[in-house]
Amino acid sequence: MNLDAHIPSGPMAQKWDKHRFDLKLVNPANKRKYEVIVVGSGLAGASAAASLAELGYNVHCFCYQDSPRRAHSIAAQGGINAAKNYQNDGDSVYRLFYDTVKGGDYRSREANVYRLAQVSANIIDQCAAQGVPFAREYGGLLANRSFGGAQVSRTFYARGQTGQQLLLGAYSALSRQIGLGKVTMHTRSEMLDVVLVDGHAKGIVVRDMVTGEISRHSAHAVVLATGGYGNVFYLSTNAMGCNVTATHRAHKRGAAFANPCYTQIHPTCIPVSGDHQSKLTLMSESLRNDGRVWVPKSQEVANQIRKGELKASDVADVDRDYFLERKYPSFGNLVPRDVASRNAKEACDDGRGVVPSGLGVYLDFADSINRMGEGAVRERYGNLFDMYEKITGSNAYQNPMTIYPAVHYTMGGLWVDYNLMSNVPGLYVIGEANFSDHGANRLGASALMQGLADGYFVLPYTIGQYLAEVGPDDRPSADSSEFAGVEEEVRGRIDRMLSIKGRRTPTSFHRELGQIMWEKCGMARDAAGLEEAIQKIPALREEFWSNLNVPGENGSLNQSLELAGRVADFLEFGELMCRDALQRAESCGGHFRTEHQTEEGEARRDDENFSFVGAWEYKGEGNAPELHKEDLQYEEVKMTQRSYK
Amino acid sequence: MGKQLNLKLKVWRQDNADDPGRFEEYDANGIDTDMSFLEMLDVVNEGLIEEGKEPIAFDSDCREGICGTCSMVINGAPHGGQQGTTACQLHMRHFNDGMTITIEPWRATAFPVHRDLVVDRTSFDRIQQAGGFISVRTGSVPDANATPVPKEDADLAMDAAQCIGCGACVAACKNASAMLFVAAKVSHLSLMPQGQPERDRRALAMVQQMDDEGFGNCTVTGSCEAACPKEISLDFIARLNRDYGCALVKKGEV
Amino acid sequence: MNLIKGIFNTSLGRKYLMAITGAGLFGFIIAHLLGNLLVFAGPAALNEYAKKLHDLGPLLWVARLGLLGMAGLHIWSAIKLTTENREARKVPYEGAVEPVDQHRRDDFVAKFAARTMIFSGLIIAAFAFYHLAHYTWKVPQINGISGEFKGDFETYYVHETDDGNQTAFVSPLPDGEGAEGENASDVYRMVVNGFKVPWVVGFYVVAIGLLCVHLSHGLSAMFQSLGLKNKNYGKWIDCGAPLVAVLIFLGYISIPVAVLAGFVK
Ligand SMILES: Cc1cc2nc3c(=O)[nH]c(=O)nc-3n(C[C@H](O)[C@H](O)[C@H](O)COP(=O)(O)OP(=O)(O)OC[C@H]3O[C@@H](n4cnc5c(N)ncnc54)[C@H](O)[C@@H]3O)c2cc1C
Ligand code: HEM
Ligand code: HEM
Ligand code: SF4
Ligand code: F3S
Ligand code: FES
Repeated sequence: MNLDAHIPSGPMAQKWDKHRFDLKLVNPANKRKYEVIVVGSGLAGASAAASLAELGYNVHCFCYQDSPRRAHSIAAQGGINAAKNYQNDGDSVYRLFYDTVKGGDYRSREANVYRLAQVSANIIDQCAAQGVPFAREYGGLLANRSFGGAQVSRTFYARGQTGQQLLLGAYSALSRQIGLGKVTMHTRSEMLDVVLVDGHAKGIVVRDMVTGEISRHSAHAVVLATGGYGNVFYLSTNAMGCNVTATHRAHKRGAAFANPCYTQIHPTCIPVSGDHQSKLTLMSESLRNDGRVWVPKSQEVANQIRKGELKASDVADVDRDYFLERKYPSFGNLVPRDVASRNAKEACDDGRGVVPSGLGVYLDFADSINRMGEGAVRERYGNLFDMYEKITGSNAYQNPMTIYPAVHYTMGGLWVDYNLMSNVPGLYVIGEANFSDHGANRLGASALMQGLADGYFVLPYTIGQYLAEVGPDDRPSADSSEFAGVEEEVRGRIDRMLSIKGRRTPTSFHRELGQIMWEKCGMARDAAGLEEAIQKIPALREEFWSNLNVPGENGSLNQSLELAGRVADFLEFGELMCRDALQRAESCGGHFRTEHQTEEGEARRDDENFSFVGAWEYKGEGNAPELHKEDLQYEEVKMTQRSYK
Repeated sequence: MGKQLNLKLKVWRQDNADDPGRFEEYDANGIDTDMSFLEMLDVVNEGLIEEGKEPIAFDSDCREGICGTCSMVINGAPHGGQQGTTACQLHMRHFNDGMTITIEPWRATAFPVHRDLVVDRTSFDRIQQAGGFISVRTGSVPDANATPVPKEDADLAMDAAQCIGCGACVAACKNASAMLFVAAKVSHLSLMPQGQPERDRRALAMVQQMDDEGFGNCTVTGSCEAACPKEISLDFIARLNRDYGCALVKKGEV
Repeated sequence: MNLIKGIFNTSLGRKYLMAITGAGLFGFIIAHLLGNLLVFAGPAALNEYAKKLHDLGPLLWVARLGLLGMAGLHIWSAIKLTTENREARKVPYEGAVEPVDQHRRDDFVAKFAARTMIFSGLIIAAFAFYHLAHYTWKVPQINGISGEFKGDFETYYVHETDDGNQTAFVSPLPDGEGAEGENASDVYRMVVNGFKVPWVVGFYVVAIGLLCVHLSHGLSAMFQSLGLKNKNYGKWIDCGAPLVAVLIFLGYISIPVAVLAGFVK
């Protein structure tokens, strides 16, 4: 397998400029002879589709929602980073680059990250020009906040709805191109497979989710912008429809899947309230600025709280364990996401959780309310407190909030080179769906940045190289045998799922898989647990294919069928994740192997042996996938061990 | 764990756009008050599948009140009628044991039913495509701080821009008018300096498309504002009317 | 003309039309009320006022045509709007409106006045027709008066008294004093006699009541349609509209009621 990242030569700061000059250009008059498929209409997909159409390409854009505006990017709250240095506080491209590499625990590719930092500033310009109503200062200039423990204020935001506003900006650009006829939008359309012709990605097979019609679409190149796979855990902060289908199908057709085990867990989510839970809700991390995290010191007290015999306010201060403040005196409640998450888990595993399920810790604002008054707290966090009350029915001004970590983001994804092309020629992968920029851990407010960087400012250049190389005639007919063959397989799978008529619902399989993944491949992993999962998942998969119950038929809107298809892919993909987690016998970023920790219980990297990207090659049904390694070279940044003591 | 409720559901079932549709009744027993409304439906659906019946089709995605996918009229009120709340964020603790809950899709000619509670809202997208944008090419833009925007304007624009495009305003309006949605969209961009060059064109084009889609007319009844989960203000409708009036006088037509 | 097309062919254009014609009609309602209230100042005042209006000649016709045009446009756009709105939702909701926030129920349900605009409007139009027949065309068959003159208002004229002032005069005209059509009508007598019939008064009260229901919504809606409303002073408009409507109601019905009660003879 060829994992050449095609990183341009030359000094880091000049690589991108030089590369853009070296890239082949498509003759402007020829651009309209090219068709490009973009799957996904999130920040990455919408920005790419719009920008490609502006350049003159004919774009076909697909999403499973009823409108491109509903992609899950809409849910991002906190903000977007950019090295604008508007605050004059010492930010620079280099600092953002450095922070991102360090934040990623030295498992990302330097050149990609540097480029990301470089184009970050253009993103803000672009979005402001689209009319995104970013927060402003009284002078009318853009406001910033500091985010996720960064030392500089480089995060731009639009209230608590930054993702929404950025996506609506990209969506408006996309809408304009749809109106102009340059983009054909296919909504409620689920991509079920990629079609390769002579080893090049030349099209996709899609199911119309309203009529059940299966259709083939051919193009000169295919771009996947299908988001993350957090829903492999069943419960996550991802939307119900988020899936791995597109990327996993591409993987099965030959694209390497890189670092699948890197997942990010967010510490401040609302705890699970019961078996009925369908998804988890994130609450902004900013809450940790003024809230104090604690559990009772004794299991007994915790037990009484769980039973409802005691209230939080009944627990005297001396009987409380403010575990983050205790263990990390200098960072306290503001330690990074993974550290905060892991410590909450430990406290709960120790039997000191404070919600009925046992999986929840307090986030207490009593001190802040005493210090600055309820009004000030309300001003800062009012909407979050309201949301909390809506969901839990509890007033967080009177009782402490309860929180628990939840899966939030997946750093892993399809392997791509510097041009964002996977190892399958003609198959580009952008946004959360690729693996490229965040290493083993993503910094807050950097996913939005990456999605838009890829879509607005990287892909539109780099795809030109491939298109120029293959020429305008290289678009096979959708009637070709390759397309027919893939469609046949897709239909076969659907028919098979519909014909089992067993006893279990797709959701029940999804929930069971999620439990395995969360327990064995979640916040803390170990070899024994992972091996167990690698045993259990195939068994569950087998049951799925023999005992699944999907009512109805293909020829109409059938949500059970949609879900079953996604769960089927998660059942294959979950195993790959566990294999990757097992293979990576070190702790880094979001990947914490309990066998590999320092005395203080911190993640211990093994740079000697694991400073590589783990890219998996699919080897066919029933065969173990093969691991390939892309070595990571650090020219600019020196590796250090993180410490938040 | 919350309390348990036993409920009766009266749900609109319709196999496809051509089917006339009908109401069907289901029992929803042992519903935890901590469930969200959609989780309650999930539970009912799991039961239906186990009985070999087809589950109730309904739209949802983010389930945190931001994507605007969920859409159902619960006891005559779009999204159920809790202030500033989408159906996915509505929780069962607001319902009483033994209640009968009527669940219907958005009803509007411009939102044809796909199936059960799932409707086709692409008319909203077409309104956007008609003019809900600022024409800037990627890359061809000035520095973000080159155009200061008064904070008050940016804040007001943000109030409008929060619209999640759910369509509850249309569902609530006795005339199935899309004015609140279109007003929010037009106002957001017309409040930003970047939106000025296309201001007149945009208002004319989006209203024209709104008409073509078959939405009703606004007769200022205000239900839309009550049903809007993002509490978009009726003031924006006045603003749209104002913008439209100016555009009409200046340009007359798109 | 683009502007004309824009006004007639788009929903918002027609809303403008409706609001502007509504405002014009409202202006007439106010002016007419003030004029009519002269009835309390005695026959001379009202009749002189009526004569002045009639003496405007061609101008009066311009005003009348304007009024007719406004009413026509208002009614046309109202009917178009209402049919479109019916088309926009063909399948009604089944569930009774019971939002979980029960106190918000009234916000979800359109107010009575708003729901019935087309009906109140059409009844006003019907009333206006009757009213024209009553006092402008003076059709004797509809005014319900029996006895002496069969209520033939055509014969109610004023004639000059010795000192040169016009006053109300008993009808019919004494022989040889003036000719039909030359003297001004005795509007005062016409009104007083017209409102002596209880069911006629009843009809007026109902119609004027509906007019006020129409205006209680229409007046505030008009500001919104013209884009002249916002939350700062919107509440004043919302309170003011019904208030003005009630005042107009009281003003108008004071006349027939006063006649019926015998205050005005
Ligand atoms: C609750 C939450 C809060 C967050 N907050 C922040 C934040 O503050 N700052 C930050 O930087 N990042 C944040 N993130 C992360 C960030 O939002 C995402 O990583 C990013 O938006 C992903 O964008 P995307 O375009 O790659 O994918 P998405 O926006 O997920 O879009 C995926 C697209 O692919 C389509 N698709 C998927 N599968 C298929 C298929 N099989 N067929 C057809 N179409 C398909 C979907 O329809 C959709 O259009 C947050 C994430 C979550 C969940
Ligand atoms: C003296 C007579 C009338 C006056 C003063 C009057 C006044 C008004 C006003 C001010 C409005 C508000 C316009 C707006 O919403 O922008 C209005 C609306 C309306 N009028 Fe009239 N009107 C009169 C007669 C009629 C008649 C005869 C009809 C009959 C068809 C009618 C039907 C309507 C309708 C349907 C509306 C729309 C209501 C709405 O916006 O909900 N009106 N009227
Ligand atoms: C108690 C209430 C009313 C009284 C006493 C009254 C009286 C009159 C009289 C006397 C005339 C005839 C004037 C003339 O020909 O010299 C008249 C005309 C008219 N009235 Fe009224 N009116 C009343 C209410 C209304 C209302 C509520 C309306 C509105 C719908 C209305 C609309 C008209 C119109 C349109 C004319 C015709 C004007 C013209 O000839 O140009 N009136 N009214
Ligand atoms: S205005 Fe409100 S109700 Fe209407 S689409 Fe937007 S968010 Fe939904
Ligand atoms: S409810 Fe309908 S009538 Fe207008 S004010 Fe809202 S659109
Ligand atoms: S599901 Fe996204 S708003 Fe309800």
